[in-house]
Amino acid sequence: MSELVVRDLHRSFGGVQAVGGVSFTLRSGDLLALIGPNGAGKSTCFNLLNGQLRPDSGSVRLDGTELVGLPPRRIWALGVGRTFQITATFASMTVVENVQMVLLSRARRLFGLWRPAAAQFREPALTLLGQVGMAAQADRPCGVLAYGDLKRVELAMALASEPAVLLMDEPTAGMAPAERLTLMALTAGLVRERNLAVLFTEHDMDVVFGHATRVLVLDRGRLIAEGSPDEIRADPRVQSVYLGGEA
Amino acid sequence: MNDPLSSPLPPPVPPPLLTVEGLQAWYGRAHILDGVALSVGRGEVVALMGRNGAGKTTTLKAVMGLAQRRAAVLRFDGRDLAALPAHRIARLGIGYVPEDRRIFADLTVEENLEVGRQPPRPGAPAWTPDKLYELFPNLKEMRGRRGTRMSGGEQQMLTLARTLMGNPSLLLLDEPSEGLAPLIVRQMAEAVRRLKAEGLSVLLSEQSLSFAAAVADRACVIETGRLRWTGAMADLLADRQVRTAYLAV
Amino acid sequence: MSFLLVQALSGLATAATLFLVSSGLTIVFGVTRIVNFAHGSFYMVGAYAGWSLIERFGGTAAGFWGSVAAAAIAVGCLGAAMEIGLLRRLYRSPELFQLLGTFGVVLVVQDLAAWGWGSEDLLGRRAPGLKGSIDILGQSFPLYDLVLIGLGPLVLALLWALFNRTRWGTLVRAATQDREMASALGVDPARLFTGVLFLGGALAGLGGALQVPREAVTLQMDMAIVVEAFVVVVVGGMGSLTGAFLASLLIGQLQAFGILVFPQITLVLVFLFMAVVLVLRPHGLLGRAEEAPPTAPAAVTVPLAAGRNAGWWALALLAAMAALPLAVGDYALILLTETVILALFAASLHLLIGLGGLVSFGHAAWFGLGAYGAALLVRHLGAPMPLALAGAPLLAGAGALVAGWFCVRRSGLYFAMLTLAFAQIAWSVAFQWYAVTGGDNGILGVWPSPWAAGKAAYYWLTLALCGGALWLLRRAAFAPFGYALRAGRDSGLRAESVGIDVRRFQWMAFVLAGAAAGLAGGLYAFAKGSVFPTLLAVPLSVDALVMVLMGGIQTVAGPLAGAAAFHLLESEVMSLTDWWRLALGLVIVALVLLFPRGIVGFVAGLRGRA
Repeated sequence: MSELVVRDLHRSFGGVQAVGGVSFTLRSGDLLALIGPNGAGKSTCFNLLNGQLRPDSGSVRLDGTELVGLPPRRIWALGVGRTFQITATFASMTVVENVQMVLLSRARRLFGLWRPAAAQFREPALTLLGQVGMAAQADRPCGVLAYGDLKRVELAMALASEPAVLLMDEPTAGMAPAERLTLMALTAGLVRERNLAVLFTEHDMDVVFGHATRVLVLDRGRLIAEGSPDEIRADPRVQSVYLGGEA
Repeated sequence: MNDPLSSPLPPPVPPPLLTVEGLQAWYGRAHILDGVALSVGRGEVVALMGRNGAGKTTTLKAVMGLAQRRAAVLRFDGRDLAALPAHRIARLGIGYVPEDRRIFADLTVEENLEVGRQPPRPGAPAWTPDKLYELFPNLKEMRGRRGTRMSGGEQQMLTLARTLMGNPSLLLLDEPSEGLAPLIVRQMAEAVRRLKAEGLSVLLSEQSLSFAAAVADRACVIETGRLRWTGAMADLLADRQVRTAYLAV
Repeated sequence: MSFLLVQALSGLATAATLFLVSSGLTIVFGVTRIVNFAHGSFYMVGAYAGWSLIERFGGTAAGFWGSVAAAAIAVGCLGAAMEIGLLRRLYRSPELFQLLGTFGVVLVVQDLAAWGWGSEDLLGRRAPGLKGSIDILGQSFPLYDLVLIGLGPLVLALLWALFNRTRWGTLVRAATQDREMASALGVDPARLFTGVLFLGGALAGLGGALQVPREAVTLQMDMAIVVEAFVVVVVGGMGSLTGAFLASLLIGQLQAFGILVFPQITLVLVFLFMAVVLVLRPHGLLGRAEEAPPTAPAAVTVPLAAGRNAGWWALALLAAMAALPLAVGDYALILLTETVILALFAASLHLLIGLGGLVSFGHAAWFGLGAYGAALLVRHLGAPMPLALAGAPLLAGAGALVAGWFCVRRSGLYFAMLTLAFAQIAWSVAFQWYAVTGGDNGILGVWPSPWAAGKAAYYWLTLALCGGALWLLRRAAFAPFGYALRAGRDSGLRAESVGIDVRRFQWMAFVLAGAAAGLAGGLYAFAKGSVFPTLLAVPLSVDALVMVLMGGIQTVAGPLAGAAAFHLLESEVMSLTDWWRLALGLVIVALVLLFPRGIVGFVAGLRGRA
């Protein structure tokens, strides 16, 4: 059972406040959606959580351990995995090698200078790829994969580190609608199976309302609503944010 | 505004100012647009609607020559744009206002306007800094100020004014209301209506239905890189099904 | 007191010239994002053209200053021609190609200048009316230098006015910040850039022509000034005009007073100053963080894979090469020995570039350090060859450990500049520390132990050591270490987010590559029997880059083939013509123009079209 507690995060860029006082709690078993119009501060919020950006103030604690101020690789080592909005895999490696890299890193075997990397952790990597439906493409170069498949590889890479918390930035961006639902169904299944805590941003409302257990709505850097998908759907403030700033 | 249904005979239709058919576009390997078609008539304001990631921004960039693209037809005022680089397209009279504003932050307001300046062009309103300061009074007070010291709304006004200095006949406006306070959004809508009254044609991408409704004559709705619906703005407002399918929560 | 004042004034005069040259470099970089190696050549051509014109017309004040202006304008035209002919095709290329392409121009210009003006140093006449000195508190100071001191701020003011008070300058500043947005507003970037190269060239040409009355015009002035100008631009902040002015003043003073305090290591001082500034202020004194990251090496999408049966092929090749002394003569053996050494040198650089995406422009430093390490052990400690050969990689690796700590803090162009700076430090120590290194006389008499003295025996020794080192490098490339290095290059963000400490791997790779290059250098010292400062100099670093480039960056065997092809070409072309720089320069320019996206990109492009 893990708990990510976010309290009062602030971050400004050149005097413009991008995130102003965001607080929420993420627990194992949650599939929490962070939504909001373009420019609401979702990406900034994400980058504050995973250590890529440093907040001006506020705290992020994982089971009591303060994450603010740690570099991304330390946060990862403590059990916070992530996937990227614009897919970032290791393009010069094959699919399975991408996953092997994470397993090697997890086992602290990266400084090896002698044994070929391709022979290490291949089996567990293939198992993970099987879970996301990518086993058949394991030996293809990552650089030639379709977008949706890259997203699956990212998911396998995130799972390879056995995270307690998974942050997914726009996991379905650039995918066809049917593909989106499949990927999120897969994610939802893994959340239950492994008792993960997942926070994801998303702009496809079908994905959000179909799979999220709870929804956070961000507008101009502030949380304006939090609740179950049904509560959010019915919330007039959310309606106004999405239908126009003037309402 | 004229209601086209009330006139007894359809007026002779002049060829549209901008015609786009079968537009494909890529970022690197990602195929973003897959057959967008739209047109903008002279003096018309067309809203390009769709969700985040639907391809609105890419459509405008592709027209402007800022994205890798291919099109069956890409015509502006009788000229083929397909082979032209961005600066030649700009000199033909298309003004581009990017969503992320991209003002030259090291330059003052006046210098930003100077970068946009092009010779006046027949058939398009001619702009001078003074005329623009009239349209955007805030800018006049900060003529000597650098872009780094401006708010989001002021930057948006400057971006628009800078593009107008090129005396365009067609304006490509990318998400003009995004991230702006309601008051500024109203000013922006007022500015777009003024420009239309001056005779400019506008193609704007927008997520906000209320903003589009306030300024546009027609709407084109795109989703995952394809055109899904096109028609009069009023019809879009009336069509709940289209709105829930492609736009709203 | 008055002595110090005069020293400060002479520092100011140096600063003025430095500013003229580096202002052009920084303006060109700011707009085109290309670090133009040929900028020093502009300066040299300005000096030669100025010399010729001043000899002819410089008898009167009007003739003299007219000649200086005409030389500046001529060099400006050269800059514009270079933009149209070369740079325009390189804007989207990886920085390795930009640096190499402009270095190709350096080589071409060197030979053309030698052809046009001869290789003798030329002494120009002095400026009419400014031949004398004035008395400053009892010390005499050249009048002409006072004019130069005034010229620095004047040029800064004129440039400031040009960029802030004219439409052209406003457009240049806009394009510097956001090229794409400027073009969307109707600004033709190509024409603007041609103009910027004219300006940059003219400033360097002016700096060169103004030197004529002060010092001899030589064929070495191009590299000397461009490396100093790099330092000024990096210290001042790349793209910042005021920063370049400030840095010129500081470095001018550092040189003027450094020569009083540490006459042996003035050059080292300058580069150390740069390294310290970069660690304290990573973007230079007045530079700003890049809004757009520096141009990345072309994205690699082809997995690095061991060829089928690669091991057997390698063994067969090794066996064949080991058998060669039975078939060929001494001259061929010498060539072969050098080729094998260069193959290790190229492979060590390939580890950085091909796996880490780290373009080092100073890799000769480690080769040279290894060579000097071995030679110094022999000369000063009387060490036997095996001990000296063991010391070579250790010394080079230790040097790389220190330099690497600084260098891997930055990526892209800054990394290239930092490695260049460290190579120049090593070079200037070898060049200036006469008592220990013999300066440019080098160290002679570095001969192998008697058992390895035969050409065949030394060849076998080289083959065994280099073969072993190459094998180790290859194992490392395919081991987790090599993968982690590639991971950092492919996506630094992703690598960090799966626990990979990218900088640490880069640092390790830097040390490993340095040690391997050091071994190659040590073997080279004994093969030649002598070492010279050229073993640490920029041209050798560039040779290594060309070898890697020729072989193809994305193959493991590439550097070997590249080294063989390059060494053959070099020894053949050199024996056929006196103009080998010209030939090599043209080969380099052709390479980068024909393969602007890298050889792999070129092949992929062919496949895509088929």
